[in-house]
Amino acid sequence: MKKFYKILKELLLLIAALFFLSPIYIIIVNSFKDRQELYENVLALPKEFSFQYYIEAMEKMNFLNALANSLYITILSVLIIVVLSSMTAWMLARTDNKLSKIIFMIFIATMLIPFQTLMMPLMQFMSTITNTLHIPMINTREGLIFMHIGFSSSISVFLYHGFVKSIPITLEEAATIDGASKFGVFWRIIFPILKPITVTVMILNVINIWNDYLLPSLTLTDKGLRTIPLSTFYFFGEFTIQWNLAMAGLMLTIIPVVIFYVLAQKHIIKGIGEGAVK
Amino acid sequence: MQNKNNKGWYLLFTAPLFIIFLTVVVIPFVIGIYYSFFKWDGIGANPKVFVGFDNFIKLFGDTRFLESTWKTTLFTILAVISVNIVGLVFALLVTSKLRTSNAARTMVFMPYLIGGLILGYIWQFIFLDVFTLIGEVTGLENVFFNWLIDMDFALYALVFVFTWQMAGYIMIIYIAGIQSIPNDVMEASMIDGASWWQRLKNITFPLLMPAFTISLFLTLSSAFKIYDVNLSLTGGGPANSTEMFAMNIYNEIFGYGNYGYGQAKAIIFFLIVAAITLTQVYITKKREVEL
Repeated sequence: MKKFYKILKELLLLIAALFFLSPIYIIIVNSFKDRQELYENVLALPKEFSFQYYIEAMEKMNFLNALANSLYITILSVLIIVVLSSMTAWMLARTDNKLSKIIFMIFIATMLIPFQTLMMPLMQFMSTITNTLHIPMINTREGLIFMHIGFSSSISVFLYHGFVKSIPITLEEAATIDGASKFGVFWRIIFPILKPITVTVMILNVINIWNDYLLPSLTLTDKGLRTIPLSTFYFFGEFTIQWNLAMAGLMLTIIPVVIFYVLAQKHIIKGIGEGAVK
Repeated sequence: MQNKNNKGWYLLFTAPLFIIFLTVVVIPFVIGIYYSFFKWDGIGANPKVFVGFDNFIKLFGDTRFLESTWKTTLFTILAVISVNIVGLVFALLVTSKLRTSNAARTMVFMPYLIGGLILGYIWQFIFLDVFTLIGEVTGLENVFFNWLIDMDFALYALVFVFTWQMAGYIMIIYIAGIQSIPNDVMEASMIDGASWWQRLKNITFPLLMPAFTISLFLTLSSAFKIYDVNLSLTGGGPANSTEMFAMNIYNEIFGYGNYGYGQAKAIIFFLIVAAITLTQVYITKKREVEL
């Protein structure tokens, strides 16, 4: 009887997992079909595997350019977030005074603000900076990176802060007595210890920034600057009727995510778990 | 000297991020409150007219806004229940040491990585073509049809896709919670002859309260703020029947150019999100037990 339950559970899990993956199957098979074949049976395997629609979708989405933009924006944002938020969180956690508490509270409290509450005044403020200080915040990848850093700082500082609190302070004191500067103590001793939480911070931010649509749609107007979600949006505006082409386009956007998942799968699942428990 | 030095380090470590954060989050938030008291079309040259609380009063007579509030609430309730049930069931199955556990965990989590906008497009196709096909083949045409063109079913389609997106993420949180339950507690209860259901009810669930707190917080706030899936799956349609809160605000500001009025909605949106999530965290935190 026990064995029966176990087999039943195995089967249930397998069916459910396959159900979760079925949409991916549907995209793949239809990305190889022409329009007529697609409408004959959307679930059937394609008659032949030609990459014609992939090539076409790639050109129409300006895919390689969008991929480069997305990579540039995501990688740079995440690296800067890791450097700045770990430094900030460490200093705030180790300097026990009123100012640190206030700054930390402001970081945490703003986590409750939805993006929609900030989007219009943010765009107004950013254009003011662009026009008066002549720092190009709007319609540049660097401006977008700046904004991503701002929005990611709360959660990142929060995660690092919790982790720093669990590290015994004696290590740092010993290094200080040995004559290390604050900078040296942080980068040589603390930062390596922070590695597990750094992985979490990186993964959470990579997912959020890579998939973000609304913020880039508000800041980037040049075609050449479009990220993957942005170019997907415009692509669908034009080609929804040609579903086979659209499927190839969607498949293209999923491939980088799958590669990332395969390479970092262990870290991703562990990182998400640890990030949530904090 | 030492003290002055420390202040320098303090600034060097905290100021860069804090300044970026002020520029991107705090200052726009304050400006946003200011804008919500004005009537303005967003064009710099045009005058901003101070209207006091008029924008906020106007909200109560805005039927489209009230409709979207109701729809968002309904969506959130259904989505929170469905995501948490699916996530928890998967977590319980996956942690019971089955052969397919690892594969299942990987597959269920996958949609979360793909991102809301793209998921919406994928499912748009499935509702449009696959559902119709299944309906024709099986004869169950009143279940399998294009949900997206039906005013009631379009909302369920949104719940469905949101569940598909979030369940894997929530599953990971429950898995972390389940794994933190000490083995000896489980073993002791098994020796005492507790049934599977008794163990679930008296040990697993109470010790999972912290995971419930986080999962509910995450699903509640992200369901309430849904935008990407909404945009790509239904676009708010048919006939605005799935225009969620976030989309209504976007359309009011950037679609119709009512900057001041739209911003007043955005401030109310913030207050509602803050009130709901803080209340939920307060309630579930109180139920957490120490081991």
